[in-house]
Amino acid sequence: MTNFATLTRMRIQLTLRNKMFLFFSVIMPFGFFFLYAGVFAKGIPLVVRYFLGPVIALTVMGSFWGLSAALVMFREQGILRRFHVTPVTASDMLASSVVANFVLTLPTVLLELLFARFVFHVTNLGDLFSAFLLITIGTMSFASMGLVVASVTNTMQETQVINQLIWLPLIFLSGATLPLATLPQVVKRVGLFLPATYLVTGLQSAIYWAFAPWSLDVLLALGSLAVWAALTFFLSAQLFRWEPESKIPRRAKLLAAATAIPFLLLGIWENKTNRTMAQAQAMYESLSAPSKSAPPADSRK
Amino acid sequence: MANSVIQVENLVKRYGELEAVRGVSFNVEEGEVFGLLGPNGAGKTSTVEILEGLRTLDSGRVSVCGLDPQRNARELKNEIGAALQSTSLPDKLRVMEALRLFASFYKRRRDPEELLKRFGLEEKRSTFYNQLSGGQKQRLALAMALVNDPKVVFFDEPTAGLDPQVRREIYDIIEELRREKKTIVMTTHYIEEAERLCDRVAIVDHGKVIALGTPRDLKAHSGGTTRIEVRLSKPETNGTLKDLDGVIDARQVGDTYVLHSQRPPQAIVSLVKHLEAQGNDLISLEIATPSLEDVFIEMTGRRLRD
Repeated sequence: MTNFATLTRMRIQLTLRNKMFLFFSVIMPFGFFFLYAGVFAKGIPLVVRYFLGPVIALTVMGSFWGLSAALVMFREQGILRRFHVTPVTASDMLASSVVANFVLTLPTVLLELLFARFVFHVTNLGDLFSAFLLITIGTMSFASMGLVVASVTNTMQETQVINQLIWLPLIFLSGATLPLATLPQVVKRVGLFLPATYLVTGLQSAIYWAFAPWSLDVLLALGSLAVWAALTFFLSAQLFRWEPESKIPRRAKLLAAATAIPFLLLGIWENKTNRTMAQAQAMYESLSAPSKSAPPADSRK
Repeated sequence: MANSVIQVENLVKRYGELEAVRGVSFNVEEGEVFGLLGPNGAGKTSTVEILEGLRTLDSGRVSVCGLDPQRNARELKNEIGAALQSTSLPDKLRVMEALRLFASFYKRRRDPEELLKRFGLEEKRSTFYNQLSGGQKQRLALAMALVNDPKVVFFDEPTAGLDPQVRREIYDIIEELRREKKTIVMTTHYIEEAERLCDRVAIVDHGKVIALGTPRDLKAHSGGTTRIEVRLSKPETNGTLKDLDGVIDARQVGDTYVLHSQRPPQAIVSLVKHLEAQGNDLISLEIATPSLEDVFIEMTGRRLRD
């Protein structure tokens, strides 16, 4: 436990000394924030509130880049080997990545909320407890996904390419960039298989509708992301390699693909019931008819 | 011996087709500096990394501090310290942070301040790892191997790639540890390093131990001869020099005569007497005693550093 704590502190310290971090984890998220709030939402508080979900989701998801890639670099440079001759375990190493990631993401999210409140006058930030839980589970699950990528790639470059390939569909097909309700039907159907979609809609339910953590929408997002986080973390611990030259077992890539199963199942169910999509639609429509800016009664369970 | 700190019996390690370690056996006693000497690719690092619990063995039996490095990996890692080959630290980690971080992993610790002082890194305490020189990095690596006051320390090629002056600094550090009776296992492909630092040496080649003993015994039991190189004021014939008492062979190389002897004192006395009788003078004399290199050449027919 103490090893995990000191490693977490080291990871945070090292990340703060890295200029790339400043760009990807601070400048870029705020760039998005002002683009959405200032340009897309034209500074209208209600619309800014609507876009807070996607913006925070982007910040939360974007965090998966740095720390997992750093772990690959640690392996490549033989840094992990040095830790391997100490009593440090693979889980210490991985958990410290996930938690450091969370600690580093939280201030950015907090600032985004503060800007929304004081710069864009969003007086109602919804259910912040729901939002906090989603942000926590969200950063942990996407960081764990980054760790799985790190465990099935050999070089930093390879890791970056795979991360890109995952990142693009995640942000474009999930409602994190363009509102889900405005996307073509086919894209919506695909989007329902992505974890990012549930993070976005979950955060929107929390902030825009002020849903409590035990409401179906928030609970569904929390539950599915938590299951996914546990699965990806467990897998990354199983596949963890200390040595640069140790080979990736052949089954590893198969197992990595298996982490998609929870959202595959959820996607099939959602495609059948159309529940989340109807919610997203209702939320989007309420923007142009502010009088209806209350959640559909039937979904508020 | 039952109370050896390290016991290795018939150790075998394969990487696919390649058999890197082919039945290595040796024991290391408490308080000794034990060296594995051999050329690159001889299986030294594989052997040491199996003892450290970093690699699995294919067959044989090893025990370190009474523990099995595979089954008791966690306990073992508390008892050992290591300076690995081909390793690094994060670029932006400061020297003192590295020592404190690694010390925090252990229950038994040495004071990082004291290590810093001892390894001459006090002035570098706040320097980032990537701003250290090669010698400073290596000193830090050795200091880090001691943060848990280990029972056994492993130094894998502690001076590889360092320039001669820095190498001597490292020797001083290891000699100091030797005086403190630390149990040290080190690998090296430098003859002088093994001769100077190790109480006992196992010469390793192609995954096998080909000779084992104190450097002195290894040299004494080898057929290696002492070379006596002399320059004389007047020419001599090889024949007469070769017939001197204690001399086995004599050859002329340029203006120098190279005599080989297994009894150097006799050879020198008879040489001087002979020269006096001839009215010849000795301009210079150099003596090269057999080294572990000669032992290696004798066993393998190859030089150690090729």
